[in-house]
Amino acid sequence: MNRRLFLQRIVSLLLTLGLPVGLFTKKPAAAAVKNGKSGAKPFYGMGIDIDKCIGCAKCMEACKAENDVPKEPFFFRTWVERYVIKHDGSVSIQSIGTATNPSSETVVEKDILRSFFVPKLCNQCANPPCVQVCPVGATFQTEDGVVLVDDIRCIGCRYCIQACPYGARYLHPEKQTADKCTFCYHRISKGLLPACVEVCPTQARVFGDVNSVASPLTRLKRMNKIHVLKPYLNTEPKVYYANLDGEVK
Amino acid sequence: MTPEMVERLSELARQVQGYIYPNEIEIHWSILIVVYPYLTGLVAGAFILASLVKVFNLKEVQPTYRLSLLTALAFLLIAPLPLLLHLGHPERSYEVLITPNPRSAMAMFGFVYAWYLMAVLLLEIWFTYRRDLILYARGERGLMRWVHRVLALFSNDVSPEAIAFDQKAVKVITIIGIPSAFLLHGYVGFIFGSIKANPWWSSVLMPIVFLFSAIVSGIALVILLYMVILPFRGEPIDMKCLDKMASFLFYAVIVDFSLEFLDFIHRLYESEESIKIISQLVLNKLIISLLVMQVLLGMIAPLALMVAIKLLDLNHELRKLLYFLSVLLIQLGIFSTRWNVVIGGQMFSKSLAGLTTYKMELVGIEGLLTSIALLILPFLVLAVLLKILPPWETPERVALESTATG
Repeated sequence: MNRRLFLQRIVSLLLTLGLPVGLFTKKPAAAAVKNGKSGAKPFYGMGIDIDKCIGCAKCMEACKAENDVPKEPFFFRTWVERYVIKHDGSVSIQSIGTATNPSSETVVEKDILRSFFVPKLCNQCANPPCVQVCPVGATFQTEDGVVLVDDIRCIGCRYCIQACPYGARYLHPEKQTADKCTFCYHRISKGLLPACVEVCPTQARVFGDVNSVASPLTRLKRMNKIHVLKPYLNTEPKVYYANLDGEVK
Repeated sequence: MTPEMVERLSELARQVQGYIYPNEIEIHWSILIVVYPYLTGLVAGAFILASLVKVFNLKEVQPTYRLSLLTALAFLLIAPLPLLLHLGHPERSYEVLITPNPRSAMAMFGFVYAWYLMAVLLLEIWFTYRRDLILYARGERGLMRWVHRVLALFSNDVSPEAIAFDQKAVKVITIIGIPSAFLLHGYVGFIFGSIKANPWWSSVLMPIVFLFSAIVSGIALVILLYMVILPFRGEPIDMKCLDKMASFLFYAVIVDFSLEFLDFIHRLYESEESIKIISQLVLNKLIISLLVMQVLLGMIAPLALMVAIKLLDLNHELRKLLYFLSVLLIQLGIFSTRWNVVIGGQMFSKSLAGLTTYKMELVGIEGLLTSIALLILPFLVLAVLLKILPPWETPERVALESTATG
């Protein structure tokens, strides 16, 4: 084997090995939440206490105003679901104030076994499937654990929308790029709270550093039994629910 | 937002059954994304048929070898178009090639595609046609002479050693080509199969099902083209060749059918959380496209026809008619398969509690007319390719061959 052939083989070997390795490398942010290391930067998460939510939808309004989400009722960065579980075991779910549920279904009170509201938003997963599938890296995870979309780079292929198990993403009708909750990144990077947390009249939503010992989020996690949505998908959500019902999808 | 868009989404919202997440009213991957895997499937299938001829030295199917290669090329050239048209920002599509995310299955598209086009298909066609291109150029004048000279890359060697090298090269490329064709379409299946958020897609069988359905559709397409083009040229159809291809098709359909049946049984028997919504999906939304078009018309009917041909001693004309009918039905079936995967997978909510509707546009970029145009376009490309690179023995070539060797 001459030298040229040898070098050619080395290059092709590196190329063949290099591509699959990229598939299995884990982002540093995902590792940070696992190890519980608090570096110089915070690692953000949100807590939601189901028992405190009164379904006023102020969070939805604030979010739309703050983030230029289209006003029409087909696009949401956050929404609130109303669950009504009846004595016969049937479950009725509605998203309040959205196009899919223009009029609220009325249920006779004696039929209701239990009822509650569930605010939903992007779960800012530590292991986000949307980031994994984005072909151009337009969706990425910041060091402080927030999943963002770079709308100058997004090509509008909508693979991330397919990959999100929580329906948290939509295609922005004007920009033609993917859009979703950013935890109000423009606010939190200035030390402010996300708009939905700020306006919540019952403090059903709290926000903070996952690894801090003193954040309101940590307090919520200490005082309650905590659950996340679809844990079996191993997305490691960072929106933590207190008093979440097993019926919630 | 335009008032038309509001009206369209409101109309869709009224048709929602059960509960869906509020961002899920509209289906995001439309008919164009149905066309894309259909086209790539035809590429992979046609190429695999061509490879069978070379690797296993199947003399009977030899008449379709070049036709299969050109079919694969024509469809491969058009395959990225539906993807491009579907993008929100097609002008940024080059980013997939220059700044790809190595963890994304979709980002690999550009590379798999480029590899398949450049390293496999174009090379194999070039080595197959090199001698002919030189011979054509020698016997021609004007534009076509230049076209053929440029396509031959100005090579001029038709010595027996050079021809022997061409043949050897074709053999090597075919051997690389088969796994590449598997990769091309298996990977399209992986794009869907690796989405864990979607229980209709998330299946390890998906790439294999895609692959076998690709083989089925590709062979059926080459049979169809063979049966249409030859009578047009006033040449008789070689029944041995047709029977052999149909026999490959028959076995491929059986494997494809078994795999899809296995997938169905597996889902039903495991009866996971998603089974309720999937049953609703199949019974409410996909009853025509899945049960009638894909399974009954697209698989069971052609299988029955092919069994009948094998068992009964039919005359040539009737056999041709039944083959023709079978391959048409198979195309319908495979297109429905793509539809059921792509559209079906988006018609239920990820809350697994409701269904939405897909309303196809007629005009517009993501409309029915665009899709039909995209399905016709590869045939036009193929017509041009057939003109420049005739896959059959033309009288000119025979004459040239005798002068070249004599």
